[in-house]
Amino acid sequence: MAFLKRSPWLLHYDASSCNGCDIEVLACLTPLYDVERFGIINTGNPKHADILVITGGINELNRDIVRNIYEQMPEPKVVVAVGICATSGGIFRECYNIVGGVDKVIPVDVYVPGCAARPESIIDGIVTALGILEEKRRTMADRTHAKEEIRKGAEAGS
Amino acid sequence: METLLFLILFPAVIAVGMLLANQKKVRFAMVTAAAVVIAAASVLLLAVYGMQDLILFAIPSEPVSRILVIIELGLAAYIAYLGLRFRNYLAIALIAVQTALIVAFEFLYAGDLHPVNNLFIDQFSVIMALIIGIIGSLIAVYALRYMETYHTEHPEVRNRQRFFFFVIFLFIAAMFGLVFSNNLQWIFFFWEVTTISSFLLIGYSETDEATRNAFRALTMNLLGGIAFAAALIYLAAVDPAGRILELDQLLASGEAIALIPAVLIGFAGITKAALMPFSTWLLGAMVAPTPVSALLHSSTMVKAGVYILVRFAPVYAGTLAGVSIAMVGAVTFLVASAIAISQSDAKSVLAYSTVANLGLIAACAGVGTPMLVWAAILLIIFHAISKSLLFLSVGTVEQRIHSRDIEDMEGLIVRMPKMAVMMFIGIAGMFLAPFGMLISKWAAIEGFVQAPYGLAFVAILAYGGAVTVFFWAKWMGKLVTVARYRTVVEDGFRQERWVPLYTLTTLVAATVLLFPLISSTLIEPYVFSIYGTTARLSQANIAIMALMLFLLLILPISFLLFRKSAKHLPPYMSGRTTTPDMQFLGSMGVAREMTTRNYYLTAYFGEKRLLPVGTALCTGLVLASWLLAGVAA
Amino acid sequence: MNGLLGALLFILLAPLLGGLVAGVDRILTARMQGRVGPPLLQPFYDVGKLFEKENVVVTTAQNFYVLAYLAFIVVSGALFFAGGDLLLVIFAFTLAHVFLVLGAYSVHSPYSHIGAERELIQIMAYEPMIILAAVGLYMVTGSFFTGEIAASTVPVILYLPGVFLGFLTVLTIKLRKSPFDISTSHHAHQEIVKGITTEFSGATLGQIEIAHWYENIFLLGFIYLFFGFNPVLGIAAIAITYFAEIFLDNTTARLRWQAALQSGWAAAAILGILNLAIIGYIMGGA
Repeated sequence: MAFLKRSPWLLHYDASSCNGCDIEVLACLTPLYDVERFGIINTGNPKHADILVITGGINELNRDIVRNIYEQMPEPKVVVAVGICATSGGIFRECYNIVGGVDKVIPVDVYVPGCAARPESIIDGIVTALGILEEKRRTMADRTHAKEEIRKGAEAGS
Repeated sequence: METLLFLILFPAVIAVGMLLANQKKVRFAMVTAAAVVIAAASVLLLAVYGMQDLILFAIPSEPVSRILVIIELGLAAYIAYLGLRFRNYLAIALIAVQTALIVAFEFLYAGDLHPVNNLFIDQFSVIMALIIGIIGSLIAVYALRYMETYHTEHPEVRNRQRFFFFVIFLFIAAMFGLVFSNNLQWIFFFWEVTTISSFLLIGYSETDEATRNAFRALTMNLLGGIAFAAALIYLAAVDPAGRILELDQLLASGEAIALIPAVLIGFAGITKAALMPFSTWLLGAMVAPTPVSALLHSSTMVKAGVYILVRFAPVYAGTLAGVSIAMVGAVTFLVASAIAISQSDAKSVLAYSTVANLGLIAACAGVGTPMLVWAAILLIIFHAISKSLLFLSVGTVEQRIHSRDIEDMEGLIVRMPKMAVMMFIGIAGMFLAPFGMLISKWAAIEGFVQAPYGLAFVAILAYGGAVTVFFWAKWMGKLVTVARYRTVVEDGFRQERWVPLYTLTTLVAATVLLFPLISSTLIEPYVFSIYGTTARLSQANIAIMALMLFLLLILPISFLLFRKSAKHLPPYMSGRTTTPDMQFLGSMGVAREMTTRNYYLTAYFGEKRLLPVGTALCTGLVLASWLLAGVAA
Repeated sequence: MNGLLGALLFILLAPLLGGLVAGVDRILTARMQGRVGPPLLQPFYDVGKLFEKENVVVTTAQNFYVLAYLAFIVVSGALFFAGGDLLLVIFAFTLAHVFLVLGAYSVHSPYSHIGAERELIQIMAYEPMIILAAVGLYMVTGSFFTGEIAASTVPVILYLPGVFLGFLTVLTIKLRKSPFDISTSHHAHQEIVKGITTEFSGATLGQIEIAHWYENIFLLGFIYLFFGFNPVLGIAAIAITYFAEIFLDNTTARLRWQAALQSGWAAAAILGILNLAIIGYIMGGA
C-alpha cells in the first residue's frame, strides 16, 4: 500500500538562508496554499519526518548538524533543497565559510530553484519528492523481502 | 498456646545467644537457623489457629506482671542513664513521668487487679505474626551480609554486631508479645521494649546525628507511652477488678467506657506510627543501617501503631473522636505523599511513603466501618511486603553504587539488572494496578464513600493517590533509563543477600494471586467476628485483576519480537553529534555531557513548605480527638 | 455476555471510530483556521504510513513499553465498555500511562525526559477529578459499574453539573489539547520538540496513535455516563463537548505546566468536591 504518498511529514531546516525561502516554506502552510490538504505536516523532529526540506547553503558550522539530522530520519526519506542557495550555494557560493549546496553533505533528491523560491514551486517540488519517496519505499520493501527470503533459506538450509 | 509462648520466648533466647556469639561463623549459623525456625513456627501458627476465631488463654498474671514491671523499671533506669550521658534532659523528664505513672499504677491498683486471659490469638494476630515471623526473619538473614559490608565501608563505626543482632531478636520477641497479649499491661510492656529497641538501633552508628535522631524518636515515643500508661490508670480506676484491662473485654465494654482509653492508646499509636505531628522521628530514623529501617521503620514496629488503632476501630466507629483520629491519618497521608515528591534521597522517599501509608491505615481505622477495617488490614499486609523489599533493595544498591540518591540510580536496569527488576516490582507493588497497595486503596475509596463524613476522606485519597503516582513513577523512570555506557556492577553479592530479596519479590506478585484467599480465610472472618458483617471485592473484579497480572507477566515476552528488528540511533539532540556516552560539543566547542534530572517541584511540595502545615493541622486534630472523647464520655 | 460483547465491539470498532473522530477533528480545526484541511481518512493514512517506515530505536526496550501502553489502554477501555468497575478502569488507565512514561524515560533523551515528567504532571493534574467523577456517579446511581451507571434512569447531569464541568476541564488535558497539551500534542503542534513521543518513530509511533484513538473513544464514553438516562441527549452531549474541545484548542495558547496542575486540582476542589458535598447533603437529608 502507498500510505507514504498520502502522509508526508516534513522537517524544515534553515541552513544559512536569508530567511526569504523560510518565509515561503511557511507560506505553504497558510490558508492560501494549505498543504495539509495533501496530508503534509510540518514536524519539528527528524524521527517523525519523511521529507527533509532545507533552505540556504551549508556552512562550516552546520554541516555536521545537517548530516546528523539526515541520519536520524528513518528510511524511506527524501531531501528537498529549496532555493538557489540550497541547491548550489547561490550568491554566497564563494564565501569563505560556505561549503556549497546541500548536496555537498547529503544526497539531495529534488532541487527547487528560486530566490526566493515561490510557494507554488515549493509545493511542486514536494509533490515530485512524493514520487521519489514512493519509489524508495518500494525498493526498501523489496530489499526487506529479499533479506527475509535469504534468512529463511539459510534457516531451512541449516 | 505453646506456639505463642515459643514465638515470644525463642527469639528472646536467641537474642541472649547473639550477645554470646563472638564469632562470625557462629553468628551466621545462629541467625539463619533461628530465622528458619521462627518463620516455620509462624506458619505453624497459621496452620493451627488460622481457621479459628478468637481464642483466649488464661495465664496467671501476677508473677509475670511483676517481672515485667521490674524489667520496665530497669529499662527506665537505663534510659535515664543514657539521657544523662548524652545530656538529653527531655528524655529523662519523660521517662520520669512515665515511671511515676507505672509506679503509681503498681501501688494504687495492681494489687487488686486480676486479669485472667492474658494471651489471645485471632486471625488478625495471625496475620501480624506472619508478617513479623516471615518478613522479620528474611530481614535478619539479609542483615548478616549487610552488616559485614557496612563495617568494612564504615571503619569509623564501632563494630557492635553482637549487640545489633541482640536488639533485633529482642525486638522480634517483643513484637510477637505485642500482638499476642490480651492484657493491656503486657501490651504496654512490649510496646516500651519496641520503643527502646528502635532507640538503640537508630543510634547504632554513634555519630552525633544518629544520637540526636535516636533521642528524638525516643522522646516522641515516650510521649505516646505516657498516654498509654495514663490509659492503664484510667482503666484500673474504672474497674478495680481489672477484667477491663483485657483487650477483648475492653472492646466489648462499649463506647462510654472504652472511648477515652481508646483515644489515649490511639495517641500512643499515632506516635509509634509516626503520623504527623510526629513524622520527624521516622525521617530521622533513616540514619540507622538499612535492615533496621526495613524491619522496624516500615514493615513491623510502626505497624504496631496502626495495629492498635485497627484493634480499637470498633470503638472509634461512629464517634467524632474517631473521625478526628482518622483525619490525622488522612492529612498525614496527603501531606507526606506530597512531600515525597520533593525528596531525592531514596530512603527519605521510602520513609515519607511509609508515613503516608500508615496515615491511610489510621484513616481507615479511625472511621472504622467493616469495609475500611478490611482495607486497613490489607494495607498492613501489602505495605509490609513491598516496603521491606524496597528498603532492602535500596540498601543493596547503596552498598554497590555508594549513593542512595535516586538521581544516581539512573540506568540501574543496565548496571544492576536483577536488582532493578526487583525494585521495579517493589515500586509497582506500591502504586500500580493490579498490585496489593492499589487494591487496598481502591477498597478504601469504596469504604469511605459509604462511611459517614466519607467525602472528605475520598477527596484526600483522590489527591493523595495522584501525588503518589508522580513520585513513584519518576523513580521507576530513573531505574529503567537505558544508558548504554554504564558497566554492570551487580555480581559479587553473596547468597544470603539474594534469598530474602527473591523471596520478597515473589511475595509481592504472589499476594496479588493469593489475596482472595488471604481475604476469605483470615481477614473476612476477623471482620465478621467483630462486626457481624464483612466486606470484600466482587469476584468479577478479582478475576479481571488476575487477568491484568497475567498480561503483565506475558508482556515481557514481546522483547523477543523486538530483538531482531530495529536500527539503533542516538537520541535526538537538536542535530548535535553525540558520543554513545552522551558527550557533545556545546557552544564555543566546549565538551559537555547530557544529563537529565527529575522534577522535584520543591516550590510546591517542599518539606519546608508543607511540613509545618501538616504538623499544625494534625496537632489540632489530635487535641480535637481528646476534646471530643472527653465530651462524648 | 452483554459485557463481553461491549468489550469486543470496543476492541474492534474503537480504532475505526477514533480515527474518524481524529479526521473530523482535523477538518474542523482547518475550517476554524480558514483552511480546507486534509481528507477525512487522513489519520488512517498517517498511521498506515508509520507502519511502512523503517523501525528506528534508541533502545529496544522502548518498543516494549509502548506495546504495554497500547495493551493496557485497550484493557481499560474494554473494561469500561464491558460495564466493569469504574475505579478499576481508572487504575488500569493510569497503569497504561505509566508504561508510556517509562518508555519515554527508557531512551535517555533530554526531550522525551521532559515530556515524561510533564506527562506525569498531567496524570497528577487530572487524576483527582476523574476519581471524584467516579465517586459522584456512584453517589447518584449507587453503583461503580459502568453498565449499571449507563443503564440508570436517574438524570445524572442534573445532580452533577459541577463534576461534569470539572471533568471537561481535565478532558482537555487528556485529549492533549491546548491550553494543556504540555507533554505532547496533536498533529502539527510542537512542544519542546515532540515531548514524550520525541524518540518514538515508525510503527511504535503508530501504536501510540492507535492507543490515543482508543483512549479518546473511552473518554467520550465517559461523557455518556452523565447522560445515560437519555441516549439521544448523550450522543448530542458527546458531539457538543468534543466540538467545544476543538474550539478551545484553536482559540487558546498553551499554558505552562503550573497552570495545568493548578487548573486540574482547582477543578477537582471547587467544581468536584463542592458538587459532591451538596449532593451528599441533599441525599443524606432526603
